[in-house]
Amino acid sequence: MRHESPAKWPYFALAGIGLAAIPLAVGTAAARKRREMRGEHDSAPGHTARRASFGDYHVVGRTVTIARPRAELFAFWRDFQNLPRFMANLDRIEPGGEPGHNTWHIRAPAGKVYAVDTRIAREVDGELIAWRSTEDSEIDTEGRVTFEDAPGDRGTRVGLIVAYKPKGGVIGDMIATLARRSPELQARHDLKRLKMLMEAGEIATSARTCADLPTEKEAR
Amino acid sequence: MRALTWQGTQKVSVETVPDPEIVNPRDAIIRVTATAICGSDLHLYDGVIPAMRPGDILGHEFMGEVVETGTDSTLQMGQRVVVPFTISCGGCFHCRITQFSACENSNPVEKQDMSEKLYGHPMAGIFGYSHMTGGYSGGQAEYVRVPFSDVGPIVVPDHLDDEKVLFLSDILPTGWMAAENAEIQPDDTVAVWGCGPVGLFAIQSAIAMGAARVIAIDHYPHRLELAKQLGAETINFRLTDVREALMEMSGGIGVDAVIDAVGMESHGFAVDNVIDIAKQKVGIGADRASALKQAILAVRFGGRVSVPGVYGGMTDKFPLGAVMEKGLQLRTGQTHVQRYMADLLAKIEGGEIDTTFLISHRLPLEEAADGYKCFKEAQDSWTKVVLKPGMAAGTA
Ligand SMILES: [Zn+2]
Ligand SMILES: [Zn+2]
Repeated sequence: MRHESPAKWPYFALAGIGLAAIPLAVGTAAARKRREMRGEHDSAPGHTARRASFGDYHVVGRTVTIARPRAELFAFWRDFQNLPRFMANLDRIEPGGEPGHNTWHIRAPAGKVYAVDTRIAREVDGELIAWRSTEDSEIDTEGRVTFEDAPGDRGTRVGLIVAYKPKGGVIGDMIATLARRSPELQARHDLKRLKMLMEAGEIATSARTCADLPTEKEAR
Repeated sequence: MRALTWQGTQKVSVETVPDPEIVNPRDAIIRVTATAICGSDLHLYDGVIPAMRPGDILGHEFMGEVVETGTDSTLQMGQRVVVPFTISCGGCFHCRITQFSACENSNPVEKQDMSEKLYGHPMAGIFGYSHMTGGYSGGQAEYVRVPFSDVGPIVVPDHLDDEKVLFLSDILPTGWMAAENAEIQPDDTVAVWGCGPVGLFAIQSAIAMGAARVIAIDHYPHRLELAKQLGAETINFRLTDVREALMEMSGGIGVDAVIDAVGMESHGFAVDNVIDIAKQKVGIGADRASALKQAILAVRFGGRVSVPGVYGGMTDKFPLGAVMEKGLQLRTGQTHVQRYMADLLAKIEGGEIDTTFLISHRLPLEEAADGYKCFKEAQDSWTKVVLKPGMAAGTA
């Protein structure tokens, strides 16, 4: 679903591409029917739209198929302490005061680390985890990971979608891209690392010696 | 340790570099006892494959002794192993359907972007073959770090000499898969372009698979002679019009299957080939594909086109019309080495296949740079160079 008017998504950025944490009804047959009647969509995921911005939000997404059971992958992700193992820009995650609240410490260009306070906005066991930054967080972002059975014995389709308001608007986004830390690239790389970890048990590297290993995610 | 390093176009040298270490749990370290220079190493030597960096260690055909293992390696110290040139995790979708050279997890994440852009999908990891395929240090060295050592390397029995089994690492399975891709039937006539190592092994494999006739095409007399010794008929393209000859030899039907074992550096005199050479020189990276174009015109209606030859970029004037109008099947790809190793090892052990005839030169690792130069410049007599790190310099 590709809305034209930003005004249609009041709070949740991902609502704009049919992926809001709360108005999840977009995935239902009824919602699909409504969209079809409006004649304004194709079958492609919203984040593959030719435009990457929805209002103030930039949206990136990526899907990988991982040859592991859905429950195993969900459980791995749900233990947020695992996320820094494959998310290169994520320094660490600290549990917050309330259940479902966490502080993500995210590395940004020029050695800066942002603290993003998030809360789990929605969770469906074995299927979906959605989170959203809290109002007083330094970065305005929300994300969602979904787990679906892949055909046959191919395992699980893991889809990650992140919407964020670039810090410093277009300029900030440009700098991030120049620093090769563009969220687009990052989402893709992070999911590939998750896939390696789950399917191969380790993350591939061509380092010939331990000293050659990229310094603490630096070269990633 | 000592290792053969790439320094620039047509510039390689043996240097002292840090020894490899166990980096990941599934790694093993192999002490190399024999390693070969491959025709595709010449693509790197000539600088036609992008993403090479000075200091990169070359070599994807190697074997040796296990000297160190990671906690999750299934190899044991002292075992002799041959290592496939393709690096495969064993757990991804493609590995699980034995399409090992399409492994989704062996090319480090940060190295995948280039091939993903160029080919639509990232390539798998390959030893010593540019940063596009992972930037892994290769085997033309005293020691190699082998990732996923529980999936790739095959243990070989002690009574088989290195020279008998070394080519399981690449060219023997590559020749075998090329013949398999040609879907050979008992009455078939198969034409093979290029009598380099892969072409010769494709000829040997096609005959083993029961092809009625195999016709080998090249211009180097010695290589054509080797093809003849394997049981092939031969055509020297400098003396003969290849398509005309193949039509006559196949009674006007055309050959049933064709194998392009030449790849992007094919020699030829077609005008478009000259244009392709010019583009390669100015860095556009067009592949010279004259052998493939000729093969497509020579194969019969409904025939099979198998392409083990290496291509990296794009080519002009590809005869797509002939492919469609004649209803051809085109099959190609990097070799799924791990799929074939055990069967081919059994054939070597049983005496059905001998690959040692190919080796023309044995050199100490220290003389590897000379090996590259001669292999490139004297292709007729230098059919295959085996480097032996343990061999004393000056004894070749
Ligand atoms: Zn090779
Ligand atoms: Zn794999």
